Amino acid sequence: MNIVVLVKQVPDSGADRNLRTDDNTVDRGSANNVINEMDEYAIEEALKIKEAHGGEVTILTMGPDQATESIRKALSMGPDKAVHVLDDALAGSCAVATSKVLSAALGQLNADLVLCGAESTDGRVQVLPHMIAERLGIAALTGARKLTVDGGTLTIERQTEEGYEVVTAETPAVVSVWDTINEPRYPSFKGIMAAKKKPVQTLPLVDLGVAPAEVGHAGATSAVLEHSKRPPRSSGTKVTDEGAGGTQLVEFLATEKFV
Amino acid sequence: MSEVLVVVEATREFGVKKVTLEMLTLARGLGTPSAVVLGGPGAAEALSAKLGEYGAAKIYAAESAEIDGHLVSPKATVLAELVTRVQPAAVLLASAQEGKEIAARLAVKLDNGILTDVVGLDADGTATQVVFAGSTIVKSKVTRGLPLVTVRPNSITPEPAAATPAVEQLTVSVSAADKLARVVNRVAEQKGSRPELTEASVVVSGGRGVGTADNFKLVEELADLLGGAVGASRAAVDSGYYPHQFQVGQTGKTVSPQLYIALGISGAIQHRAGMQTSKTIVAVNKDGEAPIFELADFGVVGDLFKVVPQTAEEIRKRR
Repeated sequence: MNIVVLVKQVPDSGADRNLRTDDNTVDRGSANNVINEMDEYAIEEALKIKEAHGGEVTILTMGPDQATESIRKALSMGPDKAVHVLDDALAGSCAVATSKVLSAALGQLNADLVLCGAESTDGRVQVLPHMIAERLGIAALTGARKLTVDGGTLTIERQTEEGYEVVTAETPAVVSVWDTINEPRYPSFKGIMAAKKKPVQTLPLVDLGVAPAEVGHAGATSAVLEHSKRPPRSSGTKVTDEGAGGTQLVEFLATEKFV
Repeated sequence: MSEVLVVVEATREFGVKKVTLEMLTLARGLGTPSAVVLGGPGAAEALSAKLGEYGAAKIYAAESAEIDGHLVSPKATVLAELVTRVQPAAVLLASAQEGKEIAARLAVKLDNGILTDVVGLDADGTATQVVFAGSTIVKSKVTRGLPLVTVRPNSITPEPAAATPAVEQLTVSVSAADKLARVVNRVAEQKGSRPELTEASVVVSGGRGVGTADNFKLVEELADLLGGAVGASRAAVDSGYYPHQFQVGQTGKTVSPQLYIALGISGAIQHRAGMQTSKTIVAVNKDGEAPIFELADFGVVGDLFKVVPQTAEEIRKRR
């Protein structure tokens, strides 16, 4: 099975993150940039399917030059190769434009299965899998906590508020996964060394048939008008339980009219 | 006044969800709300009274087994046709998995911008979003097409405004591409009578400090006494104490209740991301240095196995 995994480089969600003041985009310069955590689960799932059914795993990333670090990190887990969509015109791209670019790249890769994380930790927009499926006219099985591959038939358990849905489709399809699906492997030393030699193809926009005006700030379908830091919460009363902590808690709840 | 489409979120069990009422309330600031019900046969009838109560002047009902039996795609097709026909002032959906997915397909079909996790919406379509773990407030706008926004549950207070909605049945004609992802089964899992996590006014969450799956009964007991939902930190979920769909935080649900009670949760940024816009925060933790206390309006440094039973007892006494 020919599997493509979408990987996004994001600012580390464990540290302070900011928007730039000049163009209102994510500040990547001041951040520690890492693979979007949820994407590691997609990579793991791809590798498991390859191990069970054979095939090839390709990483597809759209992002600036520095995303190369995340591509190598992804390859060190075991995928075979990577494609990096890299073009200065892409800076500031909205989700709609991003889906156009990724769909164009996927059109050249003939994937049976496109795997991705259910959301990124920066935007948390969660729209890309369905946007791509819509553009390519293929199925989207999203929010998977379990994926089964049986020949060309894919079946997922989709997590819902009430429980789960069992959803099935034939390949080709896009499948997005939550972090409940597996436990991603750590790259081995051998894997890290091997990743340095794995092929990474760079694709500029011109090779994808997408015009610069359709992407980036020029082609954005939405705009950030302004942004500001939310004032940090200030801590209130803190008591140490000396036998009446629960009662004191209820007294607080009572003054706030919760009980 | 121009029409604003509100895509209804409802469950079979509880009917119209609160986020739908919030969307109807928000929609009234931009025009006249029309509710759009996308579901199986007979879906709209049970919902129409409630939708009218909150100002839906019209209900568009698309009811078909094809909608019910396939994932998202048929809903987006029906909605796109409706939007093209009525040219609404805005389209509002819930900022939950399915609402975002329908909106995603709609954005591509109409080549229209999209804004997700919106917590406020001005008459001119300017949206307010809270991003980066609740640390940053953003004002943004769709610049191509109409305002297509998904609204985060518990962002505003729903206000009734009685209307008597006329129901218009929509013809559902979906393409082969809409039927690629087939829903073959729906399985309900434990939840009981508690309110849904993202919609609850009170959320009581447990973390690693709860210690075992069995001990979560303590968290559930306090939640039930306060009429709240139960949440869990990632550490508790990863340890197998509580199911993933109740996880609050960066890789789980974002909640914004009136009252959030954190029990045995240290307050790592991963967790704060999902709860720090809560109105009032209460924390119980044995570590007085735990970062959760930096956010808490009221904190108890102590053993939750002593503090929580006493809290429950005291609440019962005051009834």
